[in-house]
Amino acid sequence: MNANIITQLSIFVNNAPGSLANVAKTLRECEINMKACNLAESTEFGILRAIVDDPAGAIEKLQKKNIIVKKTEIIGVKIKDVPGSLYEASNVLGQADINIEYGYAFTGKNVEGLFIRVDNPEKAIEALSKAGLELVKASEI
Amino acid sequence: MMWNPRIETMPLDKIKEMQRIQLKKLVNNLYSFNRFYHDRMKEANVSPLDINTLEDIQKLPFMYKQDLRDNYPDKMFTVDKSEIVRYHMSSGTSGKPTCVAYTRNDLDYWTEALARSLTAAGLTSDDTIQIAYGYGLFTGGLGLHYGAERIGATVLPASTGNTQRQLEMMQDLQCTAIACTPSYLTHLITSARQMGIDWKRDMKLRRCILGAEPWSESMRAKFEAETGAKCIDIYGTSEQAGPMFCECEYQHGPHIAPDIMYMEILDPDTGEVLEPGNKGELVCTMLKKEAMPMIRYKMRDITSVTEEPCECGRTAPRLSRITGRSDDMLIIRGINVFPSQIEYTLMRIPQVGDQYMINVSREGDLDRMIIQVEIKPEAFSDKLEDMQQLRAHIESELKKYLNIAVPVELKAPGELPRFEGKAKRVIDTRVF
Repeated sequence: MNANIITQLSIFVNNAPGSLANVAKTLRECEINMKACNLAESTEFGILRAIVDDPAGAIEKLQKKNIIVKKTEIIGVKIKDVPGSLYEASNVLGQADINIEYGYAFTGKNVEGLFIRVDNPEKAIEALSKAGLELVKASEI
Repeated sequence: MMWNPRIETMPLDKIKEMQRIQLKKLVNNLYSFNRFYHDRMKEANVSPLDINTLEDIQKLPFMYKQDLRDNYPDKMFTVDKSEIVRYHMSSGTSGKPTCVAYTRNDLDYWTEALARSLTAAGLTSDDTIQIAYGYGLFTGGLGLHYGAERIGATVLPASTGNTQRQLEMMQDLQCTAIACTPSYLTHLITSARQMGIDWKRDMKLRRCILGAEPWSESMRAKFEAETGAKCIDIYGTSEQAGPMFCECEYQHGPHIAPDIMYMEILDPDTGEVLEPGNKGELVCTMLKKEAMPMIRYKMRDITSVTEEPCECGRTAPRLSRITGRSDDMLIIRGINVFPSQIEYTLMRIPQVGDQYMINVSREGDLDRMIIQVEIKPEAFSDKLEDMQQLRAHIESELKKYLNIAVPVELKAPGELPRFEGKAKRVIDTRVF
């Protein structure tokens, strides 16, 4: 698999008080550590998107606990801590006619960047690399 | 005022004799000329020779809504196609609709019943009536339309929807009556207030003909205080023809046209026929229908019948308010909805799981039904847009089968209650 493709877990969360806590409790019980996460919501349900240590193992554990979880492939682009860096990355993708479905920022010990889900990850990686932008490797997170 | 004083004031014993003769004729005719009814009577081991008194009707088998579905579309029609002049349809359970047919005489008796009813309600040729029941496959709009035209009233065939325009027309044309569902009248009253209309000052409305869904005396008091118009209950379903029977101005329950319909009230548990005044399940026999006779049809409405003469001088039996159903049918904004229809629709959608809940409430003006649906794990998408599309798809499927817009909430597997034994999937918190 392309080292630049990052596996993200997408977890279904009902939009009711305590639902996120229930999911989080299960994550603790399964000893799953999140490196990054993002919450998206609609009127009646939400989606917890999370980057974890061992995605395959985490999915198995969560499914056993009857949690709806899906594996999603995303990419990470390193963003410099200066004005205009988001423009740079997004403009490359826009020029290459790649659609960004959603994204969220991430600051870790070793690396900082923007995680994005795009309609064509392979093409996005190629375009970003060609433009001289650095991608986050799964191993770096 | 009476439209047909001879029938409307006929002494009760004469009414019963008239009904007895009509029943005998009807049974004889159906036994001799129609396969469906002939077989039914054979199965029940009864022949026309057994029907001599009015009480002998109890020997005849019941008919059910299921018969209409099983014989959809035309297996219960008893006349030649060339004699049928109209169809009406209702959405059925399990995706199967029901179809009712009318000969010219059937339409004529329906119209006659409504002419009597609207006259009893106090309408004359001087009135302008806004008909805000749906026109089309639903019986409400067209039924009242022809009834009102027959008494010479001016009809405004407004049909449903576009509330602001309805209120403007009501003022511009000085409508003196409206026919609609009670929940739509509530909506009109609220909308009028928002539009700055002072109902009693700006409207000329003096009668509201309300039906197609249950309502109560407390709603009547509220409506009459708000509108200054007398509110009249109307009863009738597509199996009978459509809306047919209205209260008179004394508002003591709908007067039945005894030459058109014979009523029995059954104990819902024992099936025993009850004396007048007792509450039970309504069973109707249509004495004059040609295209699609109804003999001992179980309406599934819980009510009672009185034979006491009314203050208005009419002698025919009257119905009391419908206080409930002996089946699980829900009436949502005037539309009949069976939980089985919802289940059928949901279970055909591959992404939908096994569990669902139907929540019915009343929010201010309107009945509100929300359906919560568990989705299958594999139907879950990381993209909210996909999930919203799935929800919209479920909503449009429901709309297609139920003829009513129902919001859907998606739920994760395991989120909705499980049932041991009989599932209680309907929560109805409405108070009438």
